[in-house]
Amino acid sequence: MIISVASGKGGTGKTTVAVNLALSINDNVQFLDCDAEEPNAHIFLKPEIKKTAKVFIPVPKIDEAKCAYCGRCREVCVYNAIAVIPPSAGRKGKTLFFPNLCHGCGSCSYFCPEGAIKEVNREIGEIETGYAGSIEFAHGRLNIGEAMAPPVIREIKKHIKTECTVIIDAPPGTSCPVVETLKRSDYCVLVTEPTPFGLNDLMLAVEVLRKLKIPFGVVINRADLGDEKTDLYCDKENIPILMRIPFKKEIAMAYSKGEPIVMAFPEYKKEFIKLYEDIAGQVQ
Amino acid sequence: MKQIVIISGKGGTGKTVITGAFAALAENKVMADCDVDAADLHLLLKPDIKERNEFRSGKTAVIDAEKCVKCGKCVKLCRFNAIAENFVVDPVSCEGCAFCSFACPAGAIRMEENISGEWFISETRFGPMVHARLGIAEENSGKLVSLVRQQAKELAEKNNSDWVIVDGAPGIGCPVIASISGVDCAIVVTEPTLSGLHDADRVIKAAKYFGVTVKLIVNKYDLNTDMTGKIEEYCKSGGIGLVGKIPFDESVVKAMVKGKTIIEHSENSPAGKEIAAAWNFMRKKLEEKI
Repeated sequence: MIISVASGKGGTGKTTVAVNLALSINDNVQFLDCDAEEPNAHIFLKPEIKKTAKVFIPVPKIDEAKCAYCGRCREVCVYNAIAVIPPSAGRKGKTLFFPNLCHGCGSCSYFCPEGAIKEVNREIGEIETGYAGSIEFAHGRLNIGEAMAPPVIREIKKHIKTECTVIIDAPPGTSCPVVETLKRSDYCVLVTEPTPFGLNDLMLAVEVLRKLKIPFGVVINRADLGDEKTDLYCDKENIPILMRIPFKKEIAMAYSKGEPIVMAFPEYKKEFIKLYEDIAGQVQ
Repeated sequence: MKQIVIISGKGGTGKTVITGAFAALAENKVMADCDVDAADLHLLLKPDIKERNEFRSGKTAVIDAEKCVKCGKCVKLCRFNAIAENFVVDPVSCEGCAFCSFACPAGAIRMEENISGEWFISETRFGPMVHARLGIAEENSGKLVSLVRQQAKELAEKNNSDWVIVDGAPGIGCPVIASISGVDCAIVVTEPTLSGLHDADRVIKAAKYFGVTVKLIVNKYDLNTDMTGKIEEYCKSGGIGLVGKIPFDESVVKAMVKGKTIIEHSENSPAGKEIAAAWNFMRKKLEEKI
């Protein structure tokens, strides 16, 4: 079973829920942190990293000796990653490539009539895998200055072992990285807080899940701060509220030191186990 | 005219609360909400929409079943696994590269433009605001961010504004790169937590990579004073100006629930005072540079 934890926006306690859920089940669990822009789960799970693998995307390498400056590559590149300056009187031509714009689709090399373009790997991030106790762990990291997280996310998701309970910590937002992460999930836990910001972001996340047709429920974090509107919304939309985590300064302090709730306050473990059982019940 | 952007590495650190407060404090400015994925600034500023525009960006492949000869070439060539065995395109996976449409021997694939969101020019009680809404599960948020930034800048030039105050996007990828490029200063808001420092460090590196001046504000600094100390050391060793330490203050949530900025709701609360001090400091710093 693949359970994703998402939130519309960061900072609502998504990583807290994902980590504590994984630690509470603890048996045959795999944890994937797909927030490749800002992975945080490792701070709490403290995994021992066994393997590091680079993530590459294929980008063109242009052999200027063969290039006829016909401009076909520029025509087929919809990302404007290639510019061709044809030769003119007394000046040689030049084909320029802008790696940051390239999505690695392979069109240019395929269509080059001169066979002047081959593909080479460009590193955009890395994946680390290992173990946090008995939990199998993987996360990815987009290199600083890189724009595209989805290829890193796809790479992390290749580690999914369907025979495990897979907990996925999703990135924030409602665009490509989140969608890439949530695809194939059996269930999604949406973490929110009961404030106008939290509710706004929750409503956006709900739209994403409905579009992707993934069943979901809500965990309300810092449940005693804010107002009632989140409860009213969930009630009206028939969205199950799976769990409430109170705002407690001790929980915030433990979090700030990188201590998971179930480690600092073991009494919460049974609540997270109940959360898992609720989810499992809904998936079947 | 000076452009400042408030960013955070990750959402939920108080970026929008601080942007809203700055909007209340600054004079003669234009606001821009560049968190187009999950915009929140409108909840505080309650914009009255004056102008609504479609955001068209990117394309999606569409296969004409009548013309399709089921040769399978598109399925084989697509690097994004966006074309299923039954020759139906999954629009969410399609990156719009058009490789399939160029390569289709039957000419059965066309590229259709996406309407990926909307952007607005609005009036608020603090002045004009440019904001947007990215369609659910749409891509190209970086492009939409650039558009919002560009529109805000043009509006500020037209109005002779002194400031453009930008609520930035989270993360370190394309939306945040588009949020920070070319600004006079980026203010990173972080919380005194291990993950907060980790995220701030990554976004600061990204900002420096693009040559942007960075300052830092610690929000809820008293939740972990040891960690705040570590962040202060981090700033000192990295030559990053720490412009504010805001205490945890329940009046921030109360103001938010009422849809007000902390400055309007309780200017003299501990958080309100500290944010005002941070703004005055920033304002002077940036004005000196002129």
